[in-house]
Amino acid sequence: MKKQSVVKKFLYSQKVAPYVFVMPFILTFAIFFAYSIVSMILMSFQKVAGANTTFIGLENYKILTNAVFLKSLKNSVFYTIVTCIMMIPIPMILAAMLNSKHMRAKGTFRSILFIPALTSVVVAGVVFRLMFGELEGSFMNQVMNLFGVEPIIWLRKPVTVWITLFFLCLWRWTGVNMMYYLSGLQQIPADLYESASIDGATGMQQLRYITIPLLKPTTIYVLTISIFGGMAMFSESYMLFNGNKSPNNVATTLVGMLYRMGFEQNQLGIASAIGVIFLLIVLVVNVIQLRINGTIGSKKGE
Amino acid sequence: MSMTKKSRIFTICLFIFFILIAAITLLPLALLAVSSLRPGSDLMRYGLNFSIDWANANLNEYKMLFSGQNAYFTWYKNSLIITVVQVGLALFLSACVGYGFAMYDFKGKNILFLCVLLVMMVPTEVILLPLYRLIVKMKLINNTWGIILPYLVVPMLVFFFRQYLSGIPKDFLDAARVDGCTEYGIFFKIMIPLMKPSFAAMGIYQGMQSWNNFLWPMVVTNSIDKITLPVGLQSLLSPYGNNYDILIAGSCFAIIPILILFICFQRYFIEGMTAGGVKG
Repeated sequence: MKKQSVVKKFLYSQKVAPYVFVMPFILTFAIFFAYSIVSMILMSFQKVAGANTTFIGLENYKILTNAVFLKSLKNSVFYTIVTCIMMIPIPMILAAMLNSKHMRAKGTFRSILFIPALTSVVVAGVVFRLMFGELEGSFMNQVMNLFGVEPIIWLRKPVTVWITLFFLCLWRWTGVNMMYYLSGLQQIPADLYESASIDGATGMQQLRYITIPLLKPTTIYVLTISIFGGMAMFSESYMLFNGNKSPNNVATTLVGMLYRMGFEQNQLGIASAIGVIFLLIVLVVNVIQLRINGTIGSKKGE
Repeated sequence: MSMTKKSRIFTICLFIFFILIAAITLLPLALLAVSSLRPGSDLMRYGLNFSIDWANANLNEYKMLFSGQNAYFTWYKNSLIITVVQVGLALFLSACVGYGFAMYDFKGKNILFLCVLLVMMVPTEVILLPLYRLIVKMKLINNTWGIILPYLVVPMLVFFFRQYLSGIPKDFLDAARVDGCTEYGIFFKIMIPLMKPSFAAMGIYQGMQSWNNFLWPMVVTNSIDKITLPVGLQSLLSPYGNNYDILIAGSCFAIIPILILFICFQRYFIEGMTAGGVKG
């Protein structure tokens, strides 16, 4: 009885309570995240066959010279760069247009553009796979036919595969990014524009000297999620090709390669090495970003 | 005079432009909806398009979907259970953690918070394989808990709740302590009611994540009665038998409830799904 009250007193003390509150995080972090990272790093130096593991040094990292791996890395980087180039200016301009005082029915358009974000990658993938189907009657081929173009096998050649992937990304995420920019725009004081137009600044100049600089925090955030989303892209490609099997690896990504090694070919060591490489890329990108935008780091600490 | 005329033309152009954008945005979903009214064999033969014979349009595909001759509603139920359990647990546990970080100073706090940011930064795909191996060891493969457990405390939610609570002065807590409230009493009786408005937005954020999650459930489950809706729909993508009938009608029926919820609770959806934005 007495012992119980001591325990109770301990748990209820102001010193211990914070640890009780953050305990769920400590536990899930240790069990699932830290353990996974450590075992992945260990496995990347091992040959894993069932329960037997042998240390083989950097053998697994030879995947770095593998042509398919390099292609997958190149694909991921290419996808990331192009999506960043698309997914920042387009939503920004749309948001600025939607926010203009000349615009009507803002709320309705805002909601409609947001709808694609509600769909899962699976539903979106199903529609795009069929829309960009190779049949003459597939929607995109019907559209091409209007321009007198012969039916295209979209999901075979690199150019058309990338067009499909970028359309998919654009369709799903424009609305969300636009929403980020809209809330960023609403934080810009209106009198800035007023005094600018009194001083004779044109709309273009206002965009150049007021809107874009003041939206920098939003742009940094959108850039961050686009980079990590882009580098981690896999499900989109998996859906379009109904599996991790694009012809000639045109759309095999870094995660696709990890999945192929780890889950399809049972090369656990190599898959772990790919995971470690991926982790390093993520960390390097983060460090670079923190360096360039020192401001955002200090802001987060507030 | 000419100024107002010019601005009116501008307004009209802008409006037409956005009507076009809205039409393009809705087009893929409209294609899906129209195609759900014709047999899946049409889709295989003619492709996904708007050229539909309206006289023969019917709801047969939906009848088939509801006939109980397929596993669709088992998947639906699995997804629903996972979403509800995960949202409930993640909200509560992440709120606890966020509260701990926002309201207390304790040893190791900064390092722990750095860990939160670390988990937030690293895409889950990075640890896909070791996490899978861990779940295998825990014998949670093909189990609802195998899908849920690794994502019980969501860093994004922790971050958000911490931010949300940091506006509340700490004197407030001291006053409650003087009144004889325990540390946990403060959390349950005072803070949770204060956090209610943020639960709606965060619940929707987490709900969308859980409902639409694809890669992790696909990796963790493998039997037809344990998979979730997105994984189940993906498995129908090969055009055998009546797969396409169920795929198209099933995809529509997967979106409809969310669309209805979105129309009713738009504000919370937008707030929740863009919560990471400028607040950071």
